[in-house]
Amino acid sequence: MSLDYVKVSPGFEKYIAKEYRDFVEHGPFGKKVSVSQVGTFKEALEEHPMCAGCAMTLFIRLAIIAFPNPEDTITVGTAGCGRLAISQAMIPFVYGNYGDTNAVASGLKRGLMTRFPDKYKDVVVMAGDGGLADIGFSMMMHSWFRREKFTTIMLDNEVYGNTGGQESGMTTRGAVLKMAPLGKKFDKIDMPQLAKTAGCVYVATVVPNNPRRVESVIKKAVLIAREVGPTYIQAYTSCNIEYAIPTDKVMEDANNVEKDRYQFQEYITDEAKQYLADKWGYSEYKKKEIPGEVKA
Amino acid sequence: MYLKKEYLYEHDQPYKVMPGPEGYVIPAAASMGVTLPDAGGGLLYGELVTEDVAMEEIARRLLTDPNPTLHPGPLVIWAWNEHAIEKARAVIGIAAEIPDLMIIPMADYRPRYPKVDPEEMINPNHPNLTIWHNKEGICVFVGVHCHYANLTLKMIRAGTNCCTVALCAEQGHEDAMLTVRDCDAAKLWKLAGVIKRVREKMGIPAPTAAPTGGFGPVDHKKIVVHTPEEWARIVESARTGKNFAMAKAVGVPPELGRPEGAI
Repeated sequence: MSLDYVKVSPGFEKYIAKEYRDFVEHGPFGKKVSVSQVGTFKEALEEHPMCAGCAMTLFIRLAIIAFPNPEDTITVGTAGCGRLAISQAMIPFVYGNYGDTNAVASGLKRGLMTRFPDKYKDVVVMAGDGGLADIGFSMMMHSWFRREKFTTIMLDNEVYGNTGGQESGMTTRGAVLKMAPLGKKFDKIDMPQLAKTAGCVYVATVVPNNPRRVESVIKKAVLIAREVGPTYIQAYTSCNIEYAIPTDKVMEDANNVEKDRYQFQEYITDEAKQYLADKWGYSEYKKKEIPGEVKA
Repeated sequence: MYLKKEYLYEHDQPYKVMPGPEGYVIPAAASMGVTLPDAGGGLLYGELVTEDVAMEEIARRLLTDPNPTLHPGPLVIWAWNEHAIEKARAVIGIAAEIPDLMIIPMADYRPRYPKVDPEEMINPNHPNLTIWHNKEGICVFVGVHCHYANLTLKMIRAGTNCCTVALCAEQGHEDAMLTVRDCDAAKLWKLAGVIKRVREKMGIPAPTAAPTGGFGPVDHKKIVVHTPEEWARIVESARTGKNFAMAKAVGVPPELGRPEGAI
């Protein structure tokens, strides 16, 4: 495995912009970095055009730090706020049209597995609740039915934030928004349950105010998707503009929502547990030998 | 979309790909009847010519237009493989022949918001900002992937008066004012030789200073990157191939996937 693509050609080292030099010298590629080390290495995502106080940006930043091998990861996104930040990260980004992110990711992953059979190339879909649960619902479900080996991360801000505040399938019942003045008439879609039913082998719900937990679930989801099957993470990433959350209260809101409807849930199949234990050394999933058990 | 003969039926002269600004939404040169050159050819303002003719004009304009600028793209600026290094050597060979040159890389294509730093980078999504900031009279793209080169060249033609040169590793670019196709390392060295010959013929002395970066954001003076001595060493290495080796590959240990203190 070579990381030559993050080496500057001789003679041009001082002509390339400082931030690229910093990335080559202090970036996360080829190293093991953790969210607890933020500030000690050059992150793949720094500049972005998102709103002040955006929880989604914090989550995306944490997720990108958590990728096990960012140098061999491709993200897929679609229209919405999230892709404004994801596409500016120093890892390749593919822009799927609205609705087809998981179809694009399916083809991409299959192509990468054929082209690079001897190494892991991770594909991660990161899109909003509208892009996945509404417009991209069919493609997403079918990618899970087919057991495509990539990770889907929903950036759930419970609204179409980029277009002025229309309700999405993930908006909570009764929520009043700028473009939904009568309040939403039906319940939030239970996507984690649908994911389990559709065949995801790892499903988790998180909020961004616990960085280590975000890191943990992203790493597990990406690793499991390499060989076992599709994985799904649903992250509450509030839209402080459409929900009028003061910038300094965004984390407080995440905390309240976590207590209310976004408790940490983690579903993992026995096969995925076994894989994590055997392949990646997760001791918590190692089978405990029962004293006196007779092995066949 | 025209064939050339159809365009001529409606117009007196073939469509010329000239420095702009041509307007807000400009036509792709291909849609106006401009075709790509065959092997050994080039384009001179939309007209098919031999690569020697195209190289002469590239050399003449690089030596006479104000603020000539080289924009090496990802296929040159990053040491992907031996061929990228060889091309980087040849691009330095070209840079060594042009006085008062600026080198401003296009290191990648990702969008840059809220702002680009035009003195040290050019971005394909808004290349006009870098052209305007550095008052570039002529710019050369080399090692830029086709799809982003097309985007960049059209935007520059639309909004600036800069002459564009595409040194293309594939079939050339219709939207560049001057282009040469199949530019591998050998052809880039050939261009360096043509520039040297034209420079000597025009009586222009060889550059003594190193190429600079763009105009600094505060003092508006060109950013000095190398001392003449440092640059002379780089050029010598590029010409001889000594000390210009492939960077050592870095392996990624498999245990990198294991999170630290997983919950």
